[in-house]
Amino acid sequence: MNVKELLFKPLFQDNPIALQILGICSALAVTSSLKVTLVMCLAVTIVTGFSNLFVSLVRNHAPNSIRIIVQMTIIASLVIVVDQILKAVAYDTSKQLSVFVGLIITNCIVMGRAEAFAMKNAPLPSFLDGIGNGLGYSIILIALALIRELFGSGKLLGFEILPLATEGGWYVSNGMLLLPPSAFFIIGFIIWGMRTVKTDQVERSEFKIAPNTQVKEAH
Amino acid sequence: MSNKDSIKQTFIVAALLCIVCSVIVSTAAVLLKPAQIANKAKDFKINILKAGGLYAAGIADGRSIDDMFGAVTTKLVNLETGEYSEAVDIESYDQRKASKDPELSTRLSSQEDLAKISRRENYAKVYLVNEDDAVKKVILPIKGYGLWSTLYGFISLESDLTTVSGLTFYEHAETPGLGGEVDNPRWKGLWAGKKVYTDDNKVGLTVIKGNVNTSTPDAEYKVDGLSGATLTSKGVDNLIKFWMGDMGYSKYLSNLKSGEA
Repeated sequence: MNVKELLFKPLFQDNPIALQILGICSALAVTSSLKVTLVMCLAVTIVTGFSNLFVSLVRNHAPNSIRIIVQMTIIASLVIVVDQILKAVAYDTSKQLSVFVGLIITNCIVMGRAEAFAMKNAPLPSFLDGIGNGLGYSIILIALALIRELFGSGKLLGFEILPLATEGGWYVSNGMLLLPPSAFFIIGFIIWGMRTVKTDQVERSEFKIAPNTQVKEAH
Repeated sequence: MSNKDSIKQTFIVAALLCIVCSVIVSTAAVLLKPAQIANKAKDFKINILKAGGLYAAGIADGRSIDDMFGAVTTKLVNLETGEYSEAVDIESYDQRKASKDPELSTRLSSQEDLAKISRRENYAKVYLVNEDDAVKKVILPIKGYGLWSTLYGFISLESDLTTVSGLTFYEHAETPGLGGEVDNPRWKGLWAGKKVYTDDNKVGLTVIKGNVNTSTPDAEYKVDGLSGATLTSKGVDNLIKFWMGDMGYSKYLSNLKSGEA
């Protein structure tokens, strides 16, 4: 078991968001403020880690016919527990995250790792793999949130960094960065950047676009 | 493990898993309940303070929520007569529960029921901020149906009892990013300074679609609607009309104005 590889490979080499393109939905929704993002990352990392651990523990007993249901039940229970804890200790943030904590259940990364890794590996490596993938998810989300909060509202973690023009400063904020679609563009740029550096991540085209040879069809 | 996929094994695993998971989930829910209730109560107070415009200044002074809340007097109003009442114990009175209790609430006809709440409680808790024995601000609980959920909040009025000083919602389940923008501080900020009642004592305050043109004469009665959230905006408009109207606080406010509450 290679601890380092399990934990850190999902950060850049095999990133769940940038390479596997999983878990995009929540990456768009929660990244307009860094604080909320950090809580979300923590929640997702804990849930992926423990769901992998528990799924791996029951992997030899779970009948094949209901294995997805077994995974979902474990994930859903964990998410409810995390949601309850958040409501008890970080009420404000849990209010801001609203439905998105509950939606961790449907986060493709959690389910994907349970099915792809935890069903075939021992508990400890599965746990590490879950934490690693949670970290991979976190690193992209934190990058998004840094860009979006800093340039969208001139703040980081609520502290003013760039004084806004509307409040007497010089920085004219980019309102689009506060809207979910902006995260799409930033994720796109991140993926582009990563694949330019690591060319092995570039996917082979599934088909080739044929050149337009017939003049008639071109018009 | 040869019988892993047998029907018996399937049922055993499913049953065990359900039991274990439900025990874990319910234990967490039960153990964390007191902390969650305390958080909710604190959030409730914070929202009253925010609606009354006391929160930001209090935080800047480093005061605790309970200390700040000391400036607020809670009173019980009989909505039927618009007078203060001591018919029920104010400490234990749960307004939310009362609105579902046939003994403590009134059924609304479909014409009356603008806010789509079907029953209205007979007594409402109002929160007063006094200064030198005169009422400086009145904070009134409001609620009404938006798109998906009932919005619960407060509206606060200045001492003239028609100028809005603030509005907050502390509980709702509207779409985050669209109807959920009722929590947006910038939007809530638009309410301050708006007028509720017209000269002939009707509810003039309304949420319109799009932006308010400030040059129009009745701009002080209009608030921008939330873009992409027509039905939530409509819901807020309705609940303001209901709670500021005859079935709501209008009697109490006119009593308060003439000093007879």
